[in-house]
This record gives sequence, C-alpha cells and structure tokens, in this order.
Amino acid sequence: MSRLKLFLPLFIFIALALLFWRGLFLEPQEMPSALLNKPVPAFSLPKVADNHQIVRKEDLPREPHLLNVWATWCIACRVEHPYLNALAERGVPIVGVNLKDDEKAALAWLEKFHNPYRFSLADREGRLSLDLGVFGAPETFLVDAGGTIRCKHVGIVDDKVWQTKLQPLYEKLTTQRWEEFADDLSDSLLSRCQ
Amino acid sequence: MIPELGHVALIAGLLLSFALATLPIAGSYTARPLWMAAGRPLAFGVFAFVLIAFACLTIAFVQSDFTVDYVAQNSNRILPVYYKITAVWGGHEGSILLWLLMQAGWAAAVAMFGRQLPPELSARVLSVLGMVLIGFFLFILLTSNPFDRTLPFPPVEGSDLNPLLQDPGMIFHPPLLYMGYVGFSVVFAFAIAALLGGHLDAVWARWARPWTGVAWAFLTLGIALGSWWAYYELGWGGWWFWDPVENASLMPWLVGTALMHSLAVTEKRGLFKSWTILLAIFTFSLSLLGTFLVRSGVITSVHAFATDPQRGSFILAFLAVVIGSSLLLFALRAPTVSARSVFSFRSLETFLLGNNILLILIMAMVLTGTLYPLLADALNWGKISVGAPFFNLFFVPLMVVLCLLLGMGIHANWKSSRWDKLLGAWRLPFLTALAVALLWPLAFDHYHWGAVLGIFIGIWVMAASVTDIAVKTRNAKSFIVGLKRQRASYYGMHLAHIGLAVTVLGVVLSTVYSVEKDLRMGAGDSYQVAGYDFKFDGVRLVQGPNYHAFEGILQLSRDGELLGELLPQKRNYFSGGNPMTEAAIDTGLLRDIHVALGEPMERTNPSGDWAVRLQYKAYVVWIWLGALLMAIGGGIAVADKRYRKATAARSVESAQVPGTLAAV
Repeated sequence: MSRLKLFLPLFIFIALALLFWRGLFLEPQEMPSALLNKPVPAFSLPKVADNHQIVRKEDLPREPHLLNVWATWCIACRVEHPYLNALAERGVPIVGVNLKDDEKAALAWLEKFHNPYRFSLADREGRLSLDLGVFGAPETFLVDAGGTIRCKHVGIVDDKVWQTKLQPLYEKLTTQRWEEFADDLSDSLLSRCQ
Repeated sequence: MIPELGHVALIAGLLLSFALATLPIAGSYTARPLWMAAGRPLAFGVFAFVLIAFACLTIAFVQSDFTVDYVAQNSNRILPVYYKITAVWGGHEGSILLWLLMQAGWAAAVAMFGRQLPPELSARVLSVLGMVLIGFFLFILLTSNPFDRTLPFPPVEGSDLNPLLQDPGMIFHPPLLYMGYVGFSVVFAFAIAALLGGHLDAVWARWARPWTGVAWAFLTLGIALGSWWAYYELGWGGWWFWDPVENASLMPWLVGTALMHSLAVTEKRGLFKSWTILLAIFTFSLSLLGTFLVRSGVITSVHAFATDPQRGSFILAFLAVVIGSSLLLFALRAPTVSARSVFSFRSLETFLLGNNILLILIMAMVLTGTLYPLLADALNWGKISVGAPFFNLFFVPLMVVLCLLLGMGIHANWKSSRWDKLLGAWRLPFLTALAVALLWPLAFDHYHWGAVLGIFIGIWVMAASVTDIAVKTRNAKSFIVGLKRQRASYYGMHLAHIGLAVTVLGVVLSTVYSVEKDLRMGAGDSYQVAGYDFKFDGVRLVQGPNYHAFEGILQLSRDGELLGELLPQKRNYFSGGNPMTEAAIDTGLLRDIHVALGEPMERTNPSGDWAVRLQYKAYVVWIWLGALLMAIGGGIAVADKRYRKATAARSVESAQVPGTLAAV
C-alpha cells in the first residue's frame, strides 16, 4: 500500500505531460480562429472613458481597421503600444478592446502612453473577447469595411508582423472588396492569418 | 570550415556521451574498475568537445560569418564586438549550446572534485549526467543546430541582436541562470545514483549538499540579475512581472530552496529520506519544464524564443523520458519504511517540514498560475489570462507565513526544544521587529499598515539571525572566539536569511513608498518629486555605434544642491524595430531615481514637449542586494570544511558498497 503512494508523483507527472502534449497542438500562436472570414460577433459595451456611451457592432469604423485586444496588466501590450501609436499616426484606424481591466488604470495608461485608438471598448467581463476566441493579450484582428474578420495575429504587432502579414491585406482591403482579390492571395499569407 | 568543425565537435561529443552514459554504470554493476574509471576521462572529453563547438560559434560571430544562419539572424557588422560575443547566446540555438556547455562543465566538475566518492557512486552519477547530456546533444543536433549554413546565397548583412539584449546585464544573466538550472542536474544525478544503489542514507545527503548549494547560489544570482535587467532595461521601473519565463526560473528556485533545507534534515538526522530524493528529482524536473514552457510555444510570453512545434515535441519527449523514468525509479526503489527516530512538535525538524510544505505550496501556486491558461484552453473552459493579482494574492500571505516560521524555527533544536527556551528566544527579536515596524514608517511621508507588517516580517527574520549568533557566542571567552567556533555553513545560513530579510524590506518599501509621476515637460520645465527637483533641459540627438537616440537632459537636485545629470534615451536601432527606452537611473542605497523618456507630445516636433516619467523608488536596490547576500551565503556554506574532509574518513564505509549492491 505504501509503495502505491510513491507512484503518486509519477501519476501527477503523466497527467501534466498529457496536458502539455495537448498544449503543443493547441499552438496559441496560430490557433485557428473559428471566426476567420466571419463577422465580428455582436456586442454592446461601454467605452473606456465614458461609461454612459454604449457602443455596438454597428459603430465600428466603416473602413478596414484593426481590432486590438489590450490590457494594462499585459506586459507585452506595453511593448506593442508604441508601434500602435505609429500605425495610428499613419492613419490606420484602430479600435481597442480593453480586456478585463480596471477603468482608472486603463485611462491612466492611455494618457501616459498616448492613445492610438479611435475608441476602446471596456470588455470588463471578457465576453466579447471570449466570443472573439481571444487567447490572451495582445491580440489583433484585421476587420474589413463590412465588419468581417479577415486576419488575426496573436502576440505583439511590430514592424515585421505589420509589413509581412497585416499590411498587404490591409492595403488591398482599402481599395478592393475581399472577394475580388481573395483567390489571388498566396496560401502562405492566408494560412498565417488564421 | 570553422562552423563545420564546431558541428563535428558536437557529434563527437554526442558519441562520447553515449559512452559516458553506458560504460561507467555498466562497470558499477559488473564490478569492472576500469569501466568505472572511464567515467572521469569521458566527462572531460565531452566537455572539451563542447568547448570547441562553443569556441567555433564564437569565432563565427566575431568574424561576422553570415553564411551561418544563426549568426546572420543575431548579429551584424556594426554590432560592438562585446555584444557579438554575447550574441552567441542571444537566440535559441546558441543558448542551447551554452546550456550544453554548462551541462558538460558540471559533469567535468563532478569528475574533478568527486575523486573521493566511492567508485560505484561516482560512476553512476557520471553516467546519469551522461544520459542527460545525450538528450541535449540530440536536441541541438536534431532541432536547433547553430551551425546551419545559409549557402549558397548568404546575406550581405546580418539582421542584428535584439536591442533589448544589447546590454551588460545580458552578458551574465543567461550564463548564471543556466549554471543554476544545470547545476541541479548534479544533485539529481546523485539522487538517481542513490536510488539505483539502494543506499539512501545521511552520507548521500552530505555529498549532494555542496553541489546543491552552488547551483542554488548561481540560480539566485541569475534570477536577481534578470529582475534587475528588467528594471533598468525594459524602461518602466518594474522588477517582477510574473511572466511565464520568470515563473519558470522561480519554480526550480523555490523547490531548490526546499531541497537545501530537506537535505540538512536528511544529513543531520537521517529523516525525510524519500522526500529529499523526490525534491531533488523535482528541482531538476522543473528546470527542464521551464525550458519546455519557454521554448515550445505552449505558453506565450514577452521573453519567448522563436517557437517551433518540432522543438516542443522533442523537449516534451525528453521530459517524459527523464522525469517519467526517474519518478518510476523513485516509486519502485524509495524506502517505504519510515525512519525510527522520532521528533517532537517543537523541534527543528517540524519547522523545516513547515518550510518545505510552504515552499512546495508556493511553487504549486506559481505552477498553477502559469499553466492555468493552458489547462483551461485544453479543457475548453474558455480562454483565461492569469495576471499579477492572482500571484500576489497567494504569494504574499504564504511568504509572510514562511518568514514568520523562519524566525521561529531558527532557534529550535533537533529532536525537541523546551517551550520556555523557545519563547525566551523569540521575545527579543519579536519586540525589536515590532518597535522598528511601528517607527520606521514615520520616516516616510505617510503611514501605511502594509509597510508595518512588511517591515515587521523583514526585521523579525533579521533579528532572529542576529540573536542566534549572539546566543551561540555567549558562552565563549570572547565574542571573536565564539565567532570562530561556528562553522562556515552556520554563517552561510545566517547570511542567506539576512539576505532574504533585506529583499523583503526592499520589496515592501519600494512597493509602498515609491512615487511615480508622468509629466509633459518642455525645455526649462522643473518639477519636484519626493523632495527631488528635476529640471528638464530639453532633448538632443546622440549617435551610438548601431543606433541613434533622442537623449533627454535632466538636472537632478535636492534643496538647491545639484546631485547630477540624468540622461534618459529613446533609441532607434539601425536594424529597425520599435524604439527602445533607456532609462537613466541614479542609484543609491536608500532610493533610486528613475527617469524614462516617453514620446514627443507632437510626433513631428521632437524639440518640443516630451512625455517624461519621473520615479522615486524607495529602497529598491535592497531587492537585489538581498539576493546577492543570499547567493554569497550559499557560497560560504558550500565552503564548509566538513564537506571536504568528511569524505576521507568515510572511505571505510564506502568500501562496503559493493557488498550492499550484491544484496540488492
């Protein structure tokens, strides 16, 4: 009996190893989004900075834009932030989804680090993020003028990610409809967008 | 040619590792002294080949040989030469090579300093290390070869070392950290050898203790340096983020700390035998687990290396073999008979047991927080992120209890202590801590009960150590004579505990009493923070070797007296990427002044107003000072004479080992 007890650490480890095995195939970096080429899920959330103003899906910009999930508790978001500022400066519309955050901290952050967002949604309970299939922050979606998700990036958007992944699609989307060029896109670009 | 030489050296090292993993251990079971003796030269040989490979990669970096893919990815021609050398371990492949170098180095160290060990034990320890070496050789050769070429079309210029890593702290952080991680493989090998030999006694613990201490001291330094690096390099003055990578280094440290205390009980009292073995396995397992988490992409992190499922699968398989087989061995061979000796509730054993339970609890909490997002995702519970609030909620109270127990337990005796003696020993430190805790916050601008509690905990631990030294020297002829009577390990222990207290004080005071101001400043503006005056003299453009930067000029003064000039920078590296914030820090024993340059308020007008962050960080340097004391304490304890002379006296005992083996 006492010998059996000694097997306990082994069993715990086997359980953990199975979890890791599963984790390897979850691939948070490239977890396929069930929402790719689907419309942004409906939502109705207050704005950060103004609790009285409720924003709905219809209020998203009527042009191609980025939907960026961020939070003040997210370290990587701080690293990403200056680049978002630069993108906003270049005229790329960005809408923020402030995930499970403290209102005051979020406001202070935007004041401190500059606000690149047209507006930020206060997703305090994480409902919208859950619907979007967000794994963690930061995460960025490229949404077209019709409100359909066309590309997704998990992790920090930097110069490389922007130039090689998001920008090519973004620029096409500003001039053409998705259906007009989707067939000509390279598979490698599309597969990275998931 | 040189990269190929490195590649061949790695293959040769792998072949020698196969010999090291099999020959000595086979000799130990078949009583062939020659086979057992082969362990030593084989270990040296493996080390020599890894050293050659490492040297080859370094040469490739210094010569900017961009035909080597890894060099092209992590260096360029204008990188200063000292960063070219540190770039060797700036990426995944090279850091694995550094890991391998350390691993082979530790094996060679065991071969060198383990001469007095009984030959069977030495043979088995070296063979176990050889098996671990095989794993890392295969990992580097099959999935992460740093010598892969870019031929036939090498790039003209390399892409640069990540600017975050272009920093002196980065020169030492990974080597120290790996020395710690890998160092735990030695005590792991001792544990496995002890299980194989069925010889789980106090002697085992005595041999394993100094190795554990050295590894622990290195890991302590490595973690502290990483935290310090984050503090001044990441640019916003935080020093711990509960990032998965940080957690990966904290977990082996916590269990390694538990292991050191448990080893003491096993050595001195022959208790906790199976538990100590299990901790030794855990400590090294967590070191490996950390590597898996960081490099497989299972968990996302700011520090994350380029992730690759193939690498992840390999490390997972490696983990399964190493940890699975050692836990199976443990289950089959660990003694089930509990030791006969008993100890009372009021004994040192009880307190050390408490220490172990708490440290394991804290580790389990950190592990849970780190893995929870993964678990929730795997079980389709939704996507969850775990942030600092979760960790602080559990970590802080558990640490408080741990420190309280530490201050109590340090006065306890083995087996049993008398209540009146214990209470008597606790009284003075308790009153000292209470008095200091109530008075110290008065020195700051506001009174804070969290600070009172934190200071009490820190001073309680510190006073307990000081009291104990005073008591132990009381009966000697003079204080000095009394001091000389104690062993090095005794002072090492107290120094490490005082270091912990210093870190606790640093954490508490800097958390409670730091002041942070984010300001818009134009040339000529002045601002006062925590009694310090900052005068902003504008921004100038400066040129670095591989970057240009905006440099803010701030005059720091107090009560009209000029203290110095602070020059925070916003750097743009020529290789592109995000601008880097280089904070300017004026460090002092009692406070740091931390200034970081934000963004220009108008992007097009850098000579206008800037966002500037001014921070007064109370006692922040104590955090790392304490860690330094802990590491020095660990080092002093290892220097204890008895670890060296004990082995000679034990040769009689060890001569019996073959006999016991036959019985097994």
